[in-house]
Amino acid sequence: MNSDAGIRPEDGWGGGTAMIAVEQLAEVFVELADTLVDEFDVIEFLETLATHTATVSAAASAGLLLADPHGQLQYMASSTESVKLLELFQLQYQEGPCLDCYRMGEPVINTDLNEADDRWPLFAPRASEAGFQSVHAFPLRHRSKVIGALNLFSRDAGRLEGTDVRIVQALADVATIGLLQERAIRNSEVLTEQLQAALNSRIVIEQAKGALARMHGIDVDAAFALMRDYARSKNHRLSDVAHGVVTDPSSHEDLTARR
Amino acid sequence: MVDHGARRARVNQLIDAEPRVVGGSPGSIGRLERLCTALTRVLPASGVGLSLLVEDNHGGTIAASNATSRALEELQFALGEGPCIDAYTSRRPVLVADLQAHGSARWPGYAPAAHDHGVRAVFAFPLQVGAARAGALDVYRDEPGPLSAESLNDAFTFADVAMDVLVDSQNGDEGSKARADLDDVLAYRVEVYQAQGMVMVDLGVSIDEAMARIRGYAYAENQSIGDVARDIISGKIRLDKDTHEL
Repeated sequence: MNSDAGIRPEDGWGGGTAMIAVEQLAEVFVELADTLVDEFDVIEFLETLATHTATVSAAASAGLLLADPHGQLQYMASSTESVKLLELFQLQYQEGPCLDCYRMGEPVINTDLNEADDRWPLFAPRASEAGFQSVHAFPLRHRSKVIGALNLFSRDAGRLEGTDVRIVQALADVATIGLLQERAIRNSEVLTEQLQAALNSRIVIEQAKGALARMHGIDVDAAFALMRDYARSKNHRLSDVAHGVVTDPSSHEDLTARR
Repeated sequence: MVDHGARRARVNQLIDAEPRVVGGSPGSIGRLERLCTALTRVLPASGVGLSLLVEDNHGGTIAASNATSRALEELQFALGEGPCIDAYTSRRPVLVADLQAHGSARWPGYAPAAHDHGVRAVFAFPLQVGAARAGALDVYRDEPGPLSAESLNDAFTFADVAMDVLVDSQNGDEGSKARADLDDVLAYRVEVYQAQGMVMVDLGVSIDEAMARIRGYAYAENQSIGDVARDIISGKIRLDKDTHEL
């Protein structure tokens, strides 16, 4: 790889298909940096990151899982609903690329789902059914510790190679940096504290989704979209809105009042 | 990898095996006291305390493994500062492996007072499930140093079990016996949390009471909490306002 060239076409997707565009990537990093303000919302940050990772890598969808203190992965964010279900499927059956990636601490890349039945007898057919052909997973790492995994799903058999692999790993590293909220974290205690806070924020959001779904007679995904749009339009943090919905619905009447 | 349900079951067994103290409290509080002493043994720690808090940071100590731990808990409420209050307020664990080095600036009143009681490290774990929160579980050690990964894991599990005991006590369940753990596979937990929000609205109750109702229903019907949650989301069951309480 020529060190002076940065991202080159031949480092991109195999078979001469698309590569990660430098301009697009630059925009992603700028937007992610913008998200990392003082009081940023970790869930929104991870959702943004999952969405952008899917876009720049030309993968159809991306999902993100974090390890809880018991070493169990938990769902945190995804770019699309179909991937959320596949992430949950992996967690339920304790099988799939994210689990392997987390256990080994190494990326799992370019796995053709049509040839993965032996490796993941439950997950591979399920992901194929959902319309995906290939899958990748990248570890979220903090020093020697793996704290989660970033999962990519493609609808074609496009391969991630060379620079693409490094870029997606860099995005996974950005996720870790965002979670830690500081570049040089002092000790593992702070890491544990931050991870726990992020995991609990996700729980608050699920509780709020359930509450809003019942308030408006809609499904939980519509409830999430409603809450996210409201938070954005009011310039509130998603987690704060979710917390308000659960603890004091009258604090967000525009969102919670039954129509 | 030991799953979460198995970890909780093990903790409940440890609490069951913990000797009952003559003159110990009955019911849920007695169970929480034994939870504190069991955790002291498992880690090991010099003491463990458990306090309940409400929004304005007022609270009280509900259980402790020994008199010193109880005094350390009460000290935080007297001074209005400390790891337990911070864990509750910030909704995250507060892990201070070296109280003398890192506690004084944060808690100018509490840190030296705790040091006088022989505390060198303190670890506070919030008792919470999403937006539902009850208080914090505090672990005290008489020498500085971090908790090992395994000890942290144990402490988090004990905090989860303490939250279960508190939630179940709302159902009038006095915790006299260990519950068979009804939590099933983790993947369904997202649904459990969504169902909590739904029941909260259906019944017009707080999120912690919604949790208690779901657990109570699961016990009464001898179903897993995950199954009950799925049925609530799909509309197959709807908990009534006057659902029979255990």
